[in-house]
Amino acid sequence: MQGSMGKFNNLRNIFFGLILMFVIACQPANKKNKAKQELEGSDVPVHPNDEEWPTHFGFGNKADELLIKRLNISIAPDGTGLPAGKGFADQGAIIYKAKCVTCHGPKGWDGPFDKLVSNDSSKAKTIGSYWPYATTVFDYIRRAMPYNAPGSLSDEEVYQLTAFLLYANGIVKINEEINAKTLPKIEMPAKKFFVIDDRRGGREIH
Amino acid sequence: MEKKRKILDIQIPDIMPPVKISRRKLLGGAAAIGLVLMQDSFGKAIQEAKPLFEVPKDPTKVLGVPPGVLGSRSPFEQPQKLPSLTSSRTPLQDLFGTITPADLHFERNHGGVPAIDPNKYELVIHGMVEKAMRFTLHDLKRFPSFTRTCFIECSGNFRSGATNLSPQEICGLTSQSEWTGVMLSTLFREVGVNPKATWFLAEGNDAAVMARSIPMSKAYEDAMLVYAQNGEALRPEQGYPIRLLLPGWEGNTQIKWIRRIEIADQPFMTREETSKYTENIAGGRIRQFSFVMDARSIITFPSYPIQIEKGWVEIRGIAWSGRGKITQVEVSTDEGKNWEEAVLQEPVLSKAHTAFRLLWYWDGRQTIIKSRAIDETGYYQPSYQELTLARESKGGYHFNPITAWEIKKDGSIWLINDI
Repeated sequence: MQGSMGKFNNLRNIFFGLILMFVIACQPANKKNKAKQELEGSDVPVHPNDEEWPTHFGFGNKADELLIKRLNISIAPDGTGLPAGKGFADQGAIIYKAKCVTCHGPKGWDGPFDKLVSNDSSKAKTIGSYWPYATTVFDYIRRAMPYNAPGSLSDEEVYQLTAFLLYANGIVKINEEINAKTLPKIEMPAKKFFVIDDRRGGREIH
Repeated sequence: MEKKRKILDIQIPDIMPPVKISRRKLLGGAAAIGLVLMQDSFGKAIQEAKPLFEVPKDPTKVLGVPPGVLGSRSPFEQPQKLPSLTSSRTPLQDLFGTITPADLHFERNHGGVPAIDPNKYELVIHGMVEKAMRFTLHDLKRFPSFTRTCFIECSGNFRSGATNLSPQEICGLTSQSEWTGVMLSTLFREVGVNPKATWFLAEGNDAAVMARSIPMSKAYEDAMLVYAQNGEALRPEQGYPIRLLLPGWEGNTQIKWIRRIEIADQPFMTREETSKYTENIAGGRIRQFSFVMDARSIITFPSYPIQIEKGWVEIRGIAWSGRGKITQVEVSTDEGKNWEEAVLQEPVLSKAHTAFRLLWYWDGRQTIIKSRAIDETGYYQPSYQELTLARESKGGYHFNPITAWEIKKDGSIWLINDI
């Protein structure tokens, strides 16, 4: 998790830097120049002339806590947003056989759709060989699976399936409990390969 | 495909002619076009204009069809998208200019097209904001509006491996529309975004609850929430009633049917931005958050599957870049030995399909024609060989090589792979 935090700090610095640059670029003194430059055709003029705008238009309503709680299903890689509950691989295997095997195959690499489990003879992008964060497994299953009944699994079932898929990929042991605390701590094998986009246009081929 | 189609219903246009005319007479001669409700091979009901009756020998000798409530294509024109289970491709070779008719805009979804009632639609913006808010469609339409023409391209927009591929099959996952909506920065101003925020999550109201993390800088650069496409409400396939529009960025980030925006200070590492929409590059690395679509072009005429005749040919195509304007398109008609500058159709718009053309006399000899795009950053669209060498990878997302067409002596045209 250390490496991951370091990456977030880097990302944070980069984008905080961009925001700062933007804030500087949008100072009122420069604003007219920018609008003028845009109108002269150097770019599509995309920045509204909001100097004359009211502080608030007053359109829309306050979103209360209940509504946000109902809608907010996002999970961050540090575990923020993970619900209560826990799962073990053996329980997950039972759900997998009942609800996932048709698309993903009995072994996880032998179904008609996405390969989830790595085996030595395949270069497929599986959870074990390609997914950089364990929290993504929980988040994606809860959002979108099973394909023919999205959103039908309980949080507990999602934890169990997550445990099974991590176990099948050799990432956790069969008796390892997966919950909101343990899941974000799992270091995924593929994480070390991921780099942030460094293409910036220009003559070089990336 | 055509064989599997089943006609479900036929509707003769319900018309109130200003002159007395019997329905029988209409059926007998003038009403040559009817709307036919068809079932396609995926079981989806689609509406098509079909010639129901003989076209008269001399259209000046029979009364034509009176004005109607909706226009329709001539039954002689049948451009079609090319569907798979998860996407449907724009027929680039059948289009002219740069605007994609809305019903031919490419589709890519991860859980089907949801049915959403615009009267119940709400967008929630929360997280690192002064005031979490919800907006109805009516609310969003009240904000100052903005209109912009730009392309949307899926970053998985490359097919090869056969010579009988059309532009639609090679790169039909790009389309262009005139979009109207509200600038995202206008809404972020309204909710009071915390200046420490660096990312936001955009989430759809579809069966996949599609979600992507977007750097905050894009919100202030040119991101929009759009409700209109080519002058009318968005098509359901394009995100009705509201989608995120991120000009120049990969299509997957431009969340359709958007229901929630969460302002945050880190990316969420959703499935689509980790295990999908990332690409293998040199050194065994995996490139992540590669949002911008690099410059690309394709000759759409002449191209497979048509056959040309000896003589003058206007080579036509489109070029586009997610980094800004196309500054130049070069065309080679001699297998890449020489390159000529094509004419760009003005106005050239930033992050938009740009039409190019080059008048060429084909002497009937076998040759290869190809085009390469150059954008305002000085980027040159690479060849397949150059790109695979640089990436150490033979495909994947953001794969934008030059398309080469071989013209045989008989005028038939075939895709050349791997050069």
